[in-house]
Amino acid sequence: MSSSAVTLTIISILVAIGSLVGFLARSHHRMDLEQWTVGGRGFGLVFVWLLMAGEIYTTFTFLGASGWAYSKGGPVLNILGFQPLMYVVSFFILPPVWEMGRKHKLQTQADFFQTRYNSVFLGALVALIGVICLIPYLQIQLTGLGLIVEVASFGAIHRIPAMIIGLGVVAAFVSVSGVRGVAWVSLIKDVLLLSAAVFVGFAIPRIYFGGIGSMFAALIQAKPSHLVMPGTTKYLGHTWYITTVLLMSCGFYMWPQYFAASFTAKNARVLRRNAVIMPLYSVTMPLMFFVGLSAVLVLPQLGNGDLSLLSMVRKTFPAWFLGIVGGAGVLTAMVTAAIQLLTGATLYAKNLFRPMLAPSMTDQQVARVAKMMVLVLTVAAVSLAMYTSASLVSLYLMGSAGVAQFFPGVVLGLFSRRVTTAGVFAGIATGIFIVVTLIWTGRDPYLGWNAGLVALCSNFVITGLVSVLTPQRTPAGNETVPESL
Amino acid sequence: MKPPSLGTILLGLIPFIATCFSVSLWDRIYPIVFGLPFNFFWLILWLLLTPLIMWGAYRLEEPRTRGDRDKQDGAG
Repeated sequence: MSSSAVTLTIISILVAIGSLVGFLARSHHRMDLEQWTVGGRGFGLVFVWLLMAGEIYTTFTFLGASGWAYSKGGPVLNILGFQPLMYVVSFFILPPVWEMGRKHKLQTQADFFQTRYNSVFLGALVALIGVICLIPYLQIQLTGLGLIVEVASFGAIHRIPAMIIGLGVVAAFVSVSGVRGVAWVSLIKDVLLLSAAVFVGFAIPRIYFGGIGSMFAALIQAKPSHLVMPGTTKYLGHTWYITTVLLMSCGFYMWPQYFAASFTAKNARVLRRNAVIMPLYSVTMPLMFFVGLSAVLVLPQLGNGDLSLLSMVRKTFPAWFLGIVGGAGVLTAMVTAAIQLLTGATLYAKNLFRPMLAPSMTDQQVARVAKMMVLVLTVAAVSLAMYTSASLVSLYLMGSAGVAQFFPGVVLGLFSRRVTTAGVFAGIATGIFIVVTLIWTGRDPYLGWNAGLVALCSNFVITGLVSVLTPQRTPAGNETVPESL
Repeated sequence: MKPPSLGTILLGLIPFIATCFSVSLWDRIYPIVFGLPFNFFWLILWLLLTPLIMWGAYRLEEPRTRGDRDKQDGAG
């Protein structure tokens, strides 16, 4: 068997096992909307951990972390900076979000806004922005998936058929198994990815340099500026680091899929404990950096930094091992894409389609529309990934900066009585306007600041000002308003 | 929704100060610790210290929310 046949066989076997587990996970549960979207709200510590880690360690972190360490150097440290901090933020906001979710049977992020601010239009706006921001993120997973198969097959399979097959499997298994299936497949890919990351992260510096310390010593000798900010870039210095870390740690759980993952928890304590232990999972990130940094000296001529991890593995290890790493990467992309599809489809059906077009729909009909929407989103993302290959990073940044604009509405909604619906509307509109203007006109970073944080600060100011100026509408059923303020 | 206590918020601020705002103090190569440049060492250290601090926050926050939890358990 040729090398590419070996790697592809192993990848296919891993994908088959993953999909099978996803399909089987549904067997004991009746699949209504509640079970499909939030797993019946019965997930304990381990399941919530798996789901959140599964969603958070995406293809972008897996290939992107080594890629940035390779191509940009020091600025990659922002990942190590914001990951623990976003869990600190989640410690404070997810338990009260869960609390409100249980009280009002919320399933999506837009439900939260709709209920807290007593406005279907605000819910619909949040759903619309959420779905739009999800599409480029979904596209990133697909491109990652295509890249992995292309490298692993030694160029034998082009990335487009690979993307289509991969996404077909994902769409099928999302429609059938819902969030529970995703959590189980997460388990498999986490075990694979973790063991592969730990092994590769220690082995590659050891093979080429004799150890991590010697790898750094060689790099300090050859390119000391690569190891501190701004690395190989001009603008990604300390101001950029602080503003980016702040934006990411506030904005991360504003991604509709991560926000909604908190509804799967059995109780608020699970989320608090999770916030405490999750930073330990980030310990694998520096190992990805070490691979990218080794590649700086071993493979200095790579055109695309995102290929540094896979290229190092392919250069160093036998074909079957590349198959395992590739398989872990493909499953990661699939899990991430699955949860994004699930979230986007539910948001569309429940918070846009039903309230705006067909208010009399039952939950069962909503579930059917959502499953159809899985297909529509799949096709949209595949076509986008086929026709626009450029500037994925800027799409991702725009998506992250976009969803971060929900942060004031969430935090003030949880802890302040004074905030009004008009205030949150105005704040989100301002924030999104600034994100789109600054990033589309190439002004990110803006005066050294992360453009998303510029937008978030303006958003906070406008939300506050408009809230003070507008009369407060008491929501129906007063309990959505914080009690103790 | 009870807002978190001041003590918990202060604990939560510690990692922000240590790994975000103070970047110009620790973003350097020397001193090398365990073979790692100082900035890498510092951030990896805080991957381990942040859970410890947040465990403290958890211990502070848990008694305050226990009443709510009993209600939930009773209702669920």
